[in-house]
Amino acid sequence: MVAFVITTIVCFITYLLLTTGTANNSSMVNLWLWSIEEIILGLILSIIVGIIARKIFIKKSIRMLNPVRWFIFIGYLFYFFYEMAKANFDVAYRVITGKINPGIVKISPDLKTDLGTTMLANSITLTPGTLTVDVDEDCNDLYIHWINVKKEALEKKPVDCKYVCAGFPKWVRRIAE
Amino acid sequence: MIEFFGLDVSILLIVLTLLFLSITMAIIRVLKGPTAPDRVVGLDTINTIVIVSMIIYGVISKSIIYIDVAIVYAFLSYISTLFIAKYLEGGEF
Amino acid sequence: MWFEIIMYILLAIGVFFNLLAGAGLLRFPDVYTRLHAGTKCTTFGSIFICGSVILLGLKAWLFNGNDGGASLALHTGVALAAILLTNPTGAHAIARAAHRSGVKPAQAVIDELEKKPESKYEVKK
Repeated sequence: MVAFVITTIVCFITYLLLTTGTANNSSMVNLWLWSIEEIILGLILSIIVGIIARKIFIKKSIRMLNPVRWFIFIGYLFYFFYEMAKANFDVAYRVITGKINPGIVKISPDLKTDLGTTMLANSITLTPGTLTVDVDEDCNDLYIHWINVKKEALEKKPVDCKYVCAGFPKWVRRIAE
Repeated sequence: MIEFFGLDVSILLIVLTLLFLSITMAIIRVLKGPTAPDRVVGLDTINTIVIVSMIIYGVISKSIIYIDVAIVYAFLSYISTLFIAKYLEGGEF
Repeated sequence: MWFEIIMYILLAIGVFFNLLAGAGLLRFPDVYTRLHAGTKCTTFGSIFICGSVILLGLKAWLFNGNDGGASLALHTGVALAAILLTNPTGAHAIARAAHRSGVKPAQAVIDELEKKPESKYEVKK
C-alpha cells in the first residue's frame, strides 16, 4: 500500500512538471498553471501506473522517505557542484596541454546498498579526472580510470578513497544507508 | 508564445553556430575513430550537444514544444547508447 | 541590463566547455580519455546553458508576469535533470563495453581491472 501511494505521488508530480502551461481560456476551470482536464487525466494515469509499477519502483525498504536524508542530499548537491567545477578546470587544462598519466585503479568504499554505490559511481564519473569503468558486485568495489595517477596513491592497495573521490563516500553513507 | 523583453536573438544564433562547430569536431571523431567504442563516444557527445541546441532553438523560436522534444530525445539517445554498449560487450540481451 | 550580462556570461561559459569537449575528442589518445572529455565537459557546459535559459524563463515569469516563462523554466529543468542522470551512466556503460571488448588504456601506468576476480552474478557465456 505504501509503495503504491509513493509511486502514484511521484508519477503525478512528474506529470504536472511536464504539463505546465496548459492553462488556457477555453478550459472551464484553471488551477494556477494547469487546466482541470490535465489534472484529472494525470490522476487517472498515475493511479494506473502506480498499480502496475509499485513493485519495480520500491524494492524493499522505504528509508529514503526520511526528510533528513533529502536535506543532506541538497547539501551534497552544493558540495558536488564545487568539486565538479574544480574537475572541469582540471580537464580543460589537460585538453589544452595534452599532459596525461592515465591508469585504472581499484577502490573499496565499503558501501552496502546498490543505491549508494550507484550514487557514488555517478558522482565519481562527473568529478576530478576520474571515470568509473566497472563494479565488483560481490563487495561493491569500484574500478576507476584515473587520468592523472599520483605516485604516492599507489603505495597502498586498494587505493585510498581520499585521492580519488574527496569526501563523497562519507556523504553518500549519510544519505543512502 | 512567450515574450522576452530585451533579448538579443543574434547572440543566441552565434551560440548555436559555435555548438554546431563542436558537433563537427565530434563528427570527425565518428568518421576517423580507429575502434568502434571511439565512434560511440563521438555519438554520445553529439547527442548531448543536440539536446542543448534544441533548448536554445526553443528560446529563439519562442515555443516550448522544442524543449519537450529535447526531453524525449535525451531518454531515447540514452537507451540507444546502452544498447550499442551492450552489443559491443557481446553479452545477451 | 545587468540581467542580460549575467545571461551572456553563463552562455559563454557553457559554449566554451562544449567546444572544449569537441577539442578533447580530437586530441586525446584513447577511448577512456576521450570519454573524460566527451562526458564531463558537455555535462558541465549543459548545466550553464540550461541555467541561463532557466534564468530567462524565471525573469519572464516573475518580472514580466508571463506564465509561459514558468513553463519554459520547469521544462528546461526537467531536460537538465535528464542530462545529469543519463550522461554518467551512458559513459559508464561505454567504458565497461570498451574494456570487455579488449581495448587497453593507452600509456597506462597501472591496470588493476585485468586481475578482476570472477563474479558469481556474472552471466556465463
